[in-house]
Order: sequence, then C-alpha cells, then structure tokens
Amino acid sequence: MQLLGKTNIDFIGMKKFTFIISGIIALIGIIGIVQIGRGAANMGIDFSGGTSMQLKFAQPLTIQAAREALAKGGVKEVELQEITGGNQLLIKMNKSEIGAGKAADNVQAILTQAFPANPFSVESSTEIGPSIGEKLKKDTLVAVALSMLGIIIYIAWRFDYKFGVAAVAATMHDVLAIIAVFYVLDKEVNLLLITAVLTIAGYSLTDTVVVFDRIRENMHKSLKDPLSVVFNRSINEVLSRTIITSLTTFMAAISLFLFGGEVIHDFAFALVVGVLVATYSSVFVASPIVALWEKSPVESKA
Amino acid sequence: MNKGYTWRITLILVFIIASFVYLTPTLVSPLPSWWSGLLPKDKISLGLDLQGGTHLVMGVDTQKAVEGSLDLIATDLEDSLNSQNLRFKNIARLGGDKVQLTMYDRSSADAAQALVKKKYPDLEFLPIFDEGGFVNLQLRINEKEAQVRKDRAVAQALETIRNRIDQFGVSEPVIQREGIDNIVVQLPGIKDPKRAIELIGKTARLEFKLVDENVNATTATAGNIPEDAELLYEKRTDPATGAVSETPLVVKKKAIITGDLLTDAQIRIDSQYNQPYVAIDFNSTGARLFDQVTAANVGKRFAIVLDNNVYSAPVIRERISGGSAQISGSFTEKEAADLAIVLRAGSLPAPVNILQNVTVGPSLGADSIRKGLIAGLIGVGLVIVFMGIYYKLAGMVANLGMVLNILFLMGALAALGATLTLPGIAAIVLLVGISVDANVLIFERIREELRLGKTPHAALDAGYDKAFLTIMDSHVTALITAAVLFQFGTGPVKGFAVSLSLGIIINLFTSLLATKVLFDAFLDRVHVKRLSI
Repeated sequence: MQLLGKTNIDFIGMKKFTFIISGIIALIGIIGIVQIGRGAANMGIDFSGGTSMQLKFAQPLTIQAAREALAKGGVKEVELQEITGGNQLLIKMNKSEIGAGKAADNVQAILTQAFPANPFSVESSTEIGPSIGEKLKKDTLVAVALSMLGIIIYIAWRFDYKFGVAAVAATMHDVLAIIAVFYVLDKEVNLLLITAVLTIAGYSLTDTVVVFDRIRENMHKSLKDPLSVVFNRSINEVLSRTIITSLTTFMAAISLFLFGGEVIHDFAFALVVGVLVATYSSVFVASPIVALWEKSPVESKA
Repeated sequence: MNKGYTWRITLILVFIIASFVYLTPTLVSPLPSWWSGLLPKDKISLGLDLQGGTHLVMGVDTQKAVEGSLDLIATDLEDSLNSQNLRFKNIARLGGDKVQLTMYDRSSADAAQALVKKKYPDLEFLPIFDEGGFVNLQLRINEKEAQVRKDRAVAQALETIRNRIDQFGVSEPVIQREGIDNIVVQLPGIKDPKRAIELIGKTARLEFKLVDENVNATTATAGNIPEDAELLYEKRTDPATGAVSETPLVVKKKAIITGDLLTDAQIRIDSQYNQPYVAIDFNSTGARLFDQVTAANVGKRFAIVLDNNVYSAPVIRERISGGSAQISGSFTEKEAADLAIVLRAGSLPAPVNILQNVTVGPSLGADSIRKGLIAGLIGVGLVIVFMGIYYKLAGMVANLGMVLNILFLMGALAALGATLTLPGIAAIVLLVGISVDANVLIFERIREELRLGKTPHAALDAGYDKAFLTIMDSHVTALITAAVLFQFGTGPVKGFAVSLSLGIIINLFTSLLATKVLFDAFLDRVHVKRLSI
C-alpha cells in the first residue's frame, strides 16, 4: 500500500507564504516566552510556588459553591477547575498568604466544614515553596540551553554550516510553536510541558535529518539543475516517509492524549502539537532556509 | 552470509531470555523458593505518582544550627567563667556569627580570652574594645567552621528523620540529602500524610525550665520581664469543644535539662483519668541533674517546654530521684505516641521547613496506571494495524521489532531497579511510535531501491545501509535531550528520561539488527521474487 504516489509539489515556491505563517507562530512563541519569564503566563505551581489540590467529592459540587465557601473561609485568590468525570475539583493557589505547609490543610478544613453532607477525599495535593520554584526555573533554563547546545554541536558536526543553522532554526521553530499554542490557549506552563518541549526538540530533528540527507544526496547527483528544483524533488521523494514516520509517532501521542488520563493530558497535547509542527517545519522551514542561503551567491554572480 | 546471522539470532535470544529473567521478580510475586543465588531480585518499582504516597523536600535552617551552637558556647562559657571566679556582666550570642563577653575590666577580659583560646581554638578573636565602662570581648565563628557545623546539622537532621520514620513504620521510605541543605523524603503508600509530616518536621527541642515565680505572668509582656526570663504560652485544647486556650507563663531562659539527656520515651495511659501521657527516662547525667534541681526547688513549678510551647508546668512536690518523669498535656493518644517517637529519635539540630510536598492518593495512582495502560495498548494497536496494512509482511516484522523493543526496555528497567512513573509510561508509549519510525525509514528506502529494479536481497541491504546514518542521527539527537532531562529532572520527569533514553538505545539495536536478521534469514531460505513490503 502507498499513501502518496509520485508527487510534484513546489514546496520551496511556497516559502513566502509559509515563512509568514512560521514568523507569526514564532513571534507568538517569543511573546509567550517573555510572558513566562515575567511570570505573566499561566504558570504551574512548580515554577511559581503555591498549592494545588485535586479533591474527589461524594456528590456533585458546583465551582460556584466551592468558591463561595472558600471565600467565606478567607481563601480568595484561588483558581478552581472541574475535572471531567467523578465529581473532581482542581484547586490551585499561587503563593498563599497563609504560609507554606498550611494552605492545603486550611482548604480541607474549610470545605469539610462548609459541606458536611458531601465528604471528599484528597486525590493529590502539591505544595511548593517559592525557593524550589526559583531553583527549578534556573535548572530548566540550564537544561534547555544545554540540550540546544548539544543538538547544535551534533548537527554542526554531521552537516555543514548552512544545514546546521537551518536544522536548529527548525527545531527552535517547533519549540516556539508549542509554547505559542500553550500561551494562546492559556494552558499551564509546568515541568511536564518543558519535558515535552525538550522531547520534541530531540524528535524534531528526525524529520529534518531525513529531508536533509536526501537533499545532500541529490545535490551531489544533479549538479546542473537549479537548486530549487533539487530541493523540491528531494522533498517530494521523501514526503511519504516524512509523513509516515510522523504518523506512527502521532498515533502513540494521540492515544496518550485521548486515553492517558488527566495527569498527562497537557503533556500529551504538547507532544501531539510537537509532532505536527516538527513535520511541518522540516519541509517548510528547514529546507527553504538552506535553499535561500545556497542560492544567493549564485544569483549575485549572475 | 549464513554465518553472519547465527550470532545475531543468538544475541537476540540471549536478550529475550535475559529480559524475562530480569522481569521475573516484577511479574511473579512471591518468588518461588528456588529463585535464589545469582538470579536477579530487583524489580521495577512504581513511582509515587503511580502507587500513591508523599514526596517531601525539606530545607534545614542551617543558620539556626550555627546560632544554636553559638548559644551553647555562650552558656558553656558562663559556666566556665563562673567556676574560675571570673566576674562578667553578660555573655550572649551576637547576630548570626558572634559571641560577646561583656567584662568589667581589662584583666578579667584577658583571663577570659586565655580561657576561650584553650577551650575553643577554632574561634576567631576580634580586637577587645571598651564600651560604656565595660570591656567587650567578641568571638567569631569563621566561615569554614560555620560551614562544617551547617553540614553536620544537615547530616544529623537526616539521621534523626530517618530514625523517626523507621519508628513510625513506613515501608521502603527514601530519605536522602539533596544539594547543600535540603533533605528529600519519599513515603510510598502512606495513609496519613499530615500526621507523618508533623512527625518529621517537628524540631522536638525538649527543655525543662524553672518557672519564674516572682513575675506575674498575666500582666507580663516581652518588655517588662527580667533579662534572664522569657514569656511562653501553655496551649490547652478542650477535648470536648476543641477550643484552644492559651495560658502565659514566665520561665527562666536557661534550660536545666534538655531532651538530649533522655534515654527513652514511651506512651502510657493514665489509669485514673484514662489520659495518655509520655513517660521519659533520663540518662545518668540527666537523672543527677533532675535529682539536684527538684531537691533544690520543692514547691516551685517546673515547665516542660517543647519547641517553645509549654506542655505542662507541674509543681515540684518532692525531690525526684530515679531519673524518670512524665509529660502530660491535653493530647490525644496519637499525638502522645508521636511525641514519644520524636523524643526517642532525638531533636533536630535546626528547624526544618517543608519546601515541597507532593502527595498522591492511592486511587489516583491506580487510575493513572490503568489509563496509562489503556493508552499504551491503544497506541500499540493502532501502530500494529497501520504497519501491517501499509507494509504487509515487512510491517509485521517491524511490529515484532517494536514488541521486542518494549520487552527489552522493561527488562532493562527491571535490571536497573528503575522507578516507573506516569511520564515514564508515556515515554514507553511514545517509543512505540518512534521505534517503528526507524523501520519506516528503512522500508521506504527499500521500496525506492526495488523501484530502481534491484533484487529483493540487494534492495534490502541497500535500504538498511542507506538508512543507517539517518537513523543514527535521529537517535543521537533524541538521546541528547533525553540525557539532559535525566540530568536535571526530578521524580516523574526523571522517570520519563530514564525510559526514553534506554528506549532510544534499545531501539537502535532492534531496528538495525533484530529486524534485519529476520529478513536475512527469510530471504536466505526462501527464494523470494517479490518482497512483501
């Protein structure tokens, strides 16, 4: 069976259009990173410090009722979210005024008192002090920087300079795209998201490398053809592999997203987005950058 | 060519057998009696996010430990100077790193300096200076010495916490030092995390202090009490109403007896009032001190102070020798039992703060395992069906490679005694997708070679050869990020990184070697005109 027959799509020719799209995505991603840096994005408590609890009630409880009860008990700065299925409530408090170690107890006491007829069990509770968050932020920055550096060094060693820069640009693009999606959808930025982003950064190169390998091969074979033709032919030749390799990984990621449960829902979502943009970027970001770069000296001579 | 694949098949079989051997302790429980000797016993343990439990990161307030040891030095110098009949106005800790001796004249200051030099050679002397008619002598603990004390405090806190947890009874706890002054505690499957945290985090500094009967406690404020006294409160909880009452009490600052003179602490029940209390036994030094103090202070009150809260302040009715006493107060049986544990295990050298507390209930953990498994099975199912349809027989070979991949990965995790977390499960599921990727690269290449008119065998070899570098590249880059994640991640993220990096390495083996050998063996035996790909 074959998904695609012989295709002849002018990928390089579409670069004006796709560069604009990628540029916008990257821009939103950069804004997202700036906002994360300022702590203005939806920060998970592992970075900002605070308390988060997942409670399972015996009977349904509206968010409104819970919010009122908590406000009466003096807990006002609180984010509430219903978890689908099983009367579960997610409670999130950034830096509590009550002091670390007491916020979760306090919430439990208030809710026990306010809803005596509706007992609940604590499914999970996480309290993180600000010092841990600060350390984690620092560690994360180092981790991201180190892995990017590692990738750049490896690519620089394996490919020549222009391919290396383009591959890194495509990887950056993918990282920014995931952050952009999370920022726009106001999803929580936490350690798991960073994990997903780094995983995708490693994965993203697979697709790029597949395309680059073929381009190099064809460049040696047909020296006379214009570069854009060689590039287009290469991408068309490996198009079905690019799509199928992504497809199998996508299948795994999407089943995690759909069936993996609440805890890794956002994590799996980031992976799904990542697999998609990684495929897109290898064709529409990485290759056109090299094509543009390689072409310019030839044209200037002519 | 024939010989080429015998060793490869042997290698694969060895790996399969090894994986099953290593997985046996994880899958079979209890192990049969003949499973002993060199056979592996490590198993894949579940992370706290899967089995439920509490993960704590605690910071030891090491500065307080330094201050505490300076306080001790100050008290000790008071005693030494007194026994040498050297007169002084005051000896006290000054700030976070100094002890100041305020003497009446230069000559006694010089004598004190000589004494201190002999007793505490590690302390630095600041120049002696006069102030308001007194002579001040300042000692400073240097940076290095302070660091040694801080370090010792963390090590001691770790030991104390370990003792407390052992006595509390938690199976397979993890207690380890992290960084300079943090301690990580993992309590799998703990039922009452709140109680455990209180037990672990309590400083438990037990002191016996005489009540200053000359001061009216009801009108006392921190400002109007004598310099050698302090204002503390006795908290009592009414068992019926739950109301908390606070009674002020003025006690002498100097502790007569401290908790480190205890040898034992046990919970007992008062037969008359059916009230729990904690019976304590002193060591010989403590017993002698207790005997002396009670003899000298009959009729006065003796406050039992724990972490600056007065538990009770009974009147000394008679001289108590024999070295035992009891701490009663308004506590429940559980509280009394926990108090006995912390007193037995000893006090923490410095207060600890809970920096991070992640508690997962057992039902959420079980739910996560179930959902992780379902997602995994669906992922595997999708990929198997897709590969079977798209690449037919070759696809099934790739699927077999993937199953081997998972088997080897689980075997490796078991061999390393690794911890499986929910993100770890996610990594395995993701690997299902990634592992057939490599085969897709190879198969697509083979198809191209076939289109060029090559024979099946030639196309196969060319496909594997030409895809090799691409596969290497993609695996190495994925491995770089996985390694970084492993280095920096904690808990669940580390679990993800472990599964991912092992999986990538194993996948390199199965995709380049294991699936190839199947094709080779098949093509050698059967004369194939068309590859099913």
